[in-house]
Amino acid sequence: MLFELLNTLLATIKDVLPIAIIIFGFQIFVLRRKIPNLLKVITGFVYVLIGLAFFLYGLEKALFPLGKLMAQQLTAPDFIGIADQAANALGSIDWMAYKWVYLFAFAIGFATTIAEPSLLAVAIKANQVSGGVIGIWGLRVAVALGVAIGIALGTYRIVTGTPLYWYIVAGYIAVIIQTLFAPKVIIALAYDSGGVTTSTVTVPIVAALGLGLASTVPGRNPVIDGFGLIAFASLFPMITVMAYAQLSEWRAKD
Amino acid sequence: MREVFTTLFGSFKDLLPIIIVIGFFQLVVLRQPIPNLNEIFIGTLFVAIGLGLFIKGLEMGLFPIGENMAYDFARKNSLFWLLVFAFCLGFGTTVAEPALIAVADEAANVAATGNMIADNEASRADYAFGLRMTVAVSVGIAILVGVLRILRGWPIQYLIIGGYIGVVIMTVFAPAEIIGIAYDSGGVTTSTITVPLVTALGVGLASSIQGRNPVIDGFGLIAFASLTPMIFVMAYGMMVLN
Repeated sequence: MLFELLNTLLATIKDVLPIAIIIFGFQIFVLRRKIPNLLKVITGFVYVLIGLAFFLYGLEKALFPLGKLMAQQLTAPDFIGIADQAANALGSIDWMAYKWVYLFAFAIGFATTIAEPSLLAVAIKANQVSGGVIGIWGLRVAVALGVAIGIALGTYRIVTGTPLYWYIVAGYIAVIIQTLFAPKVIIALAYDSGGVTTSTVTVPIVAALGLGLASTVPGRNPVIDGFGLIAFASLFPMITVMAYAQLSEWRAKD
Repeated sequence: MREVFTTLFGSFKDLLPIIIVIGFFQLVVLRQPIPNLNEIFIGTLFVAIGLGLFIKGLEMGLFPIGENMAYDFARKNSLFWLLVFAFCLGFGTTVAEPALIAVADEAANVAATGNMIADNEASRADYAFGLRMTVAVSVGIAILVGVLRILRGWPIQYLIIGGYIGVVIMTVFAPAEIIGIAYDSGGVTTSTITVPLVTALGVGLASSIQGRNPVIDGFGLIAFASLTPMIFVMAYGMMVLN
């Protein structure tokens, strides 16, 4: 166990190394200024490294195996009950047969996003600079709902086989319309929240779900239909975060 | 000691939704016992400790250094070096990103089985490497443009919406096999360490320049980093795939 943990720590250090080189390189050779509280900053970096190593190791040990296994089981033809039909009714499966898959996609999208460290970082920062107007939990729940809706819709798309770009283009149009009406303060943050949702926790489980679905739903090609869930997870938080700001503004008016 | 417990408790609260969802689906929907309960308990404890440490380190190390560099660059008043730094930060943090390496390899397999590129080791490696470089350069450019936007105070929506229109137009012309990968590559570029750093940099820049609002102008760098890879990867697909 200790050995595996050390391995994870080494891998994390390898990932952080280029970032550290760029930061300290520029600090020493270009800015030529001393970093204030250098010791504290370095301690912070060490905490981040050890913290990430523990985090990833724990996910690898506990959540990922079970999450991936569940994604497989929920998409298995036996569980769906299409094993017999599949052979004679290719492409005409009832999309409602997958109701547990949509519910799982929604719930796991929400839950993993709440645990996403980079979203927490952005929420803390947004709370600081907005003087408390943007709530940490408010933002996190808004983003998590967006991911949940996005992934649920993404699994529905894989089951029905409708083209990916329909949804993406429709989503973009919604984002553009909302941008016109949303409070100015939230716009940049809403755009950012699309990108922060998909990192350490969400991607592995969601990818397993997408691949599991695309390889078991009759008539789907994992090569083409397996991708795209992450795109859904990045698009919908923009919509829900702007909606969250619009709702808060509207409620404040009354 | 009390601080440790408060942090741990906070982390457990963040993990509770996952525990509930997995428990519910495993016991109620799939009706199966939870395997290796011990291992799962220890793993969850590790995740909670890790999350707590990460947040602590964020506030001690990553946030201060990002903001501090933003102030120093603003004081140095050299646009050239700031833009070089922005590009390097975007390129350097992306090129070694494990999630990107995984997606690029997967994409190479897809392209090879679909006869889009020659099905041998060398051409797969070439294709995956090209894809990684494309994404890394596009993130470098994204952070560069995003920093320039903060300095000049350009409204973010015109740039982002312009970018989306670019994505839609590219989608029409790009080969079908690259589209899903291109859309996904926007999401995998922003890692857990890059996000706090880049956010602190943007907010720091916006607060040290007169006339900029840290909330309106400071955020948005991540948005650029998720957008440009889509356009660049589709362009790469159009050039390389036949």
